[in-house]
Amino acid sequence: MTDIRADAFDSMPARERERARVEEENRRLARERKKIARDGPKLTGEKLAARLDLAWRRPPGIVGWLATVDHKEIGRRYILTALGFLVLGGIMALFMRLQLARPDNAMIGAERYNQLFSMHGSTMMFLFAVPVMEGVAVYIIPLMLGTRSTAFPRLNAFSYYMYLFGGLMLWIAFVLNMAPDVGWFEYTPLSGPQYSPGKHTDIWAQMVTYTEVAALAAAVVLVCTILKARAPGMTLARMPLFAWAMLVEGIMIIFAMPAVALVTTVLLIPDRLVGTQFFNAGEGGDALLFQHMFWFFGHPEVYIIFLPATGFVSVIVETFCRRPVFAHSVVVLALISTGILSFGLWVHHMFATGLPRVGYSFFTAASISVSVPTGLQIFCWLATMWDGRPRFEVPMLYVVGFIFTFVIGGLTGVILAAVPLDLQLHDTYFVVAHLHYVLIGGAVFPLLGIFTYWFPKITGRMMNERLGKIGFWLVFFGFHATFLPMHWSGMLGMPRRVYTYPAGLGLEVPNLISTVGAFFLAFGVVLFVVNGLLSLYRGAIAGPNPWGAASLEWATSSPPPVYNFEHMPVVDSDTPLWDTDGELPVVSGLRVDQKEMLLTTVVAATPDVREPVPQASLWPFVSACAVGLVFAASIFSAWAVPFGLIPCGIALIAWFWPKDMKRHPEPIIS
Amino acid sequence: MSVRASAKAAVLPLLLGACQYQHYQSDFGGAAVEDRQFLTLFWIFIAVCAFMYVLVIGFLIAGIARARRVDANIVETGRHHHSNPLMRSTLIGWTALIGVSLAGLAIASFFTDRSMARAATNQKLSVTVTGNQWWWDIEYNAADASKTLRTANELHLPVGVPTRIFLNSNDVIHSFWVPSLAGKQDLIPGRKNNITVLPTRVGVFRGPCAEFCGLQHAHMSLVVVVEPYADFIKWWDHQLQPAPQPTTPLALAGYKYVTTGPCSACHAIGGTPANGQVGPDLTHLASRKSLAAGTMPMGEGNLYGWVEDPQSLKPGVNMPTIGLEPGQLHAVVAYLETLK
Repeated sequence: MTDIRADAFDSMPARERERARVEEENRRLARERKKIARDGPKLTGEKLAARLDLAWRRPPGIVGWLATVDHKEIGRRYILTALGFLVLGGIMALFMRLQLARPDNAMIGAERYNQLFSMHGSTMMFLFAVPVMEGVAVYIIPLMLGTRSTAFPRLNAFSYYMYLFGGLMLWIAFVLNMAPDVGWFEYTPLSGPQYSPGKHTDIWAQMVTYTEVAALAAAVVLVCTILKARAPGMTLARMPLFAWAMLVEGIMIIFAMPAVALVTTVLLIPDRLVGTQFFNAGEGGDALLFQHMFWFFGHPEVYIIFLPATGFVSVIVETFCRRPVFAHSVVVLALISTGILSFGLWVHHMFATGLPRVGYSFFTAASISVSVPTGLQIFCWLATMWDGRPRFEVPMLYVVGFIFTFVIGGLTGVILAAVPLDLQLHDTYFVVAHLHYVLIGGAVFPLLGIFTYWFPKITGRMMNERLGKIGFWLVFFGFHATFLPMHWSGMLGMPRRVYTYPAGLGLEVPNLISTVGAFFLAFGVVLFVVNGLLSLYRGAIAGPNPWGAASLEWATSSPPPVYNFEHMPVVDSDTPLWDTDGELPVVSGLRVDQKEMLLTTVVAATPDVREPVPQASLWPFVSACAVGLVFAASIFSAWAVPFGLIPCGIALIAWFWPKDMKRHPEPIIS
Repeated sequence: MSVRASAKAAVLPLLLGACQYQHYQSDFGGAAVEDRQFLTLFWIFIAVCAFMYVLVIGFLIAGIARARRVDANIVETGRHHHSNPLMRSTLIGWTALIGVSLAGLAIASFFTDRSMARAATNQKLSVTVTGNQWWWDIEYNAADASKTLRTANELHLPVGVPTRIFLNSNDVIHSFWVPSLAGKQDLIPGRKNNITVLPTRVGVFRGPCAEFCGLQHAHMSLVVVVEPYADFIKWWDHQLQPAPQPTTPLALAGYKYVTTGPCSACHAIGGTPANGQVGPDLTHLASRKSLAAGTMPMGEGNLYGWVEDPQSLKPGVNMPTIGLEPGQLHAVVAYLETLK
């Protein structure tokens, strides 16, 4: 066909040829103009949906599956992977509880036990708690802000693959008996080359690097999305509290995570791999340097996990009390001040290391003062319940459980902030109890509540209420039976991280209760998972807004279409769905033939620019493979770093290669 | 004191559980000034925290109880953006309450800390404890060099005498912690830490290592014997004596094996050729209350088990399983039992 035409062209004289070209071009423009008119204001409903679907749908098949940049798909994978790691970490915990059920138990040896608690801590902190919060946010935040995509969707995909590879490496190492065995904190010199031979510690250090890269990437994605992609009219003052929590969390990740990546990848691995002496006191290094840098990350990490959970609580409280959270600005200020204060507390993990004692007093004061903003948030939630009319469905039950539990954890935190008290309680089961009260009570309870809450949005079906309630009570009582006695065993002198303890110290009863409780807790979690699986197929159809909630994620269908919203919603209150009687005002003007999202200004959220959204691409996956390979290989040889730059460079160049530079005519809606 | 007394009365039933174990290894021991100060401050904190908890939970329950009333400011009434002025003043009051109580706790903590630091300046006795994977090396420092005493895994302290314990480590980070006496302090290679203890009650206490230090962290404990000053001096003088000469032929055979065989490469026994410095000093081994850094009580049976196969009792310990003949084993244990 083209050949024939080319022949015809060649046979024409040059002037004729030019005229033909111009005519052809004019005809084409006329066609396009017609198309613009057709695609204009008339395009609504099914037709619009079909066009958007065509533009936003990823390619089919396994390649499309790996190449997807849809935040909902990535968010779902993040959540499911993190839940997988939660189950694995939980199984580790059950084995530990079995070993500790009786004194002088010989069920699990010291070597395996040390691997178990190292894996449990590392998995829960790095592979479950932070990623699951990011996964939920990656799924929900664009919907909540009323936009079609996250910022940097390919970076988002890259982040997920890095996280997955880090987790896989750690668990493959565990199967190969190469798992880390000196704790999730890996203090030097115990983790140094002399006292930790083999590759156990390197595996841990590199797993941390993978997950830090992933967390940093996801944090950048979330911060940029929250600041630039909000619906027109959603000023910072009207932004939902969950988005505020994720904004503060993202900024905290950006400041905190480099410290741990630095201490593991840049200092510890060279000590082990190429004989630097950063942590070797004998050669002028300092063993305590590791602790400072680790806890400079490690303490904010706790709030990185906790702040999204406070966002969940605010979301649930607002919906189930049928009114906005009391004192919105106080809650926002509390989030921000928690984020700032959390960077000034790390030394309270090091009260027993013999640093100057007067200096400790400042860290005591700072650690105690962080409970002021948290106390204010709790007051605001309770005041909302007082002023509203709470309905006690499963998500709200988890919030009540959260308050009962987390407040205990917060108060034992105040106890641990005092130097004279911490010196007795530090590194005992009292601290184990405290940290599980704040992490399970403070983060996992709200998380289970929010899963129940957003499950209909993600799957289109409701979770079973009855099973959910039974699960809640099992989790609640199982949790307290497990961890309340640990305060007691800690006071009776049981140190952490011991694989066994002698009889006759009074530790038998509290430990046995803890073990029994752990199985109830685990049973509750299993019931939750079973409920999720059953409801996936048999749950009641949810509809767009089953809870009667106020925020924008409920303004689209459940599950949302691949392009999230047919029209971009406009917002003029902090509870848009409650204040507009179901008819949201919308803006139009985005293309329907290509992926495009609307960016708004940072503070006032007035429409700013139309931003093209990248197509699905395999290169983020390939880049993650290349970077992951370098990280894994550098465990074994330092040469992996310079040589590994080559595949990484190729993958990144391909990822960012400019393409599709042609100007297209712009068919727009209106 | 009255706060402490009332708080104590409230939790007395709980405390009874702990009393059955004579506070061998417990924060409730109160066997030294430091632990008593800890307990006083602890009960003050518990009282304030319990009060705050009751307030929060009371507010929560009251909120739930109000749930069914009709005048709620909710979506259905169309007034959901109105907030209750009473709540706004309560918020201010709540902030003030948290601020004042936390400041009070911080000040109480500061003064306790200062008073502990003051007490720490007038020590009379000085001991150096060195952490090793997984045992404690103990040296009593005296101005007179001939009085300097080296022992392991069992610390004797005179009651009523403030003692400063200097803390070093030969390998990784350990933590010195005798719950019944005082809080913990880390032993960090390359750093000089110390802790002061003023025991007020005679007794035997146990101190587990409190910083994860590797494979056998769980089996690294210290026995602390607090005794009257006269007994302490008697003990010190006895410990300075060289090991007694074995008298029975069996013990003599053991003596020969231990002092010339592989044992002497690591262990020292005063007054004999055995002079190894890597493992615990054995001069008065049999006088100690425990074996292998608190892994098991001292006794003939445990000595047999330990000498024959340390790797099965404390896997990963630096002491190898040598594979002694039965005759050698009898002799070695017979000799070790003479090291009173």
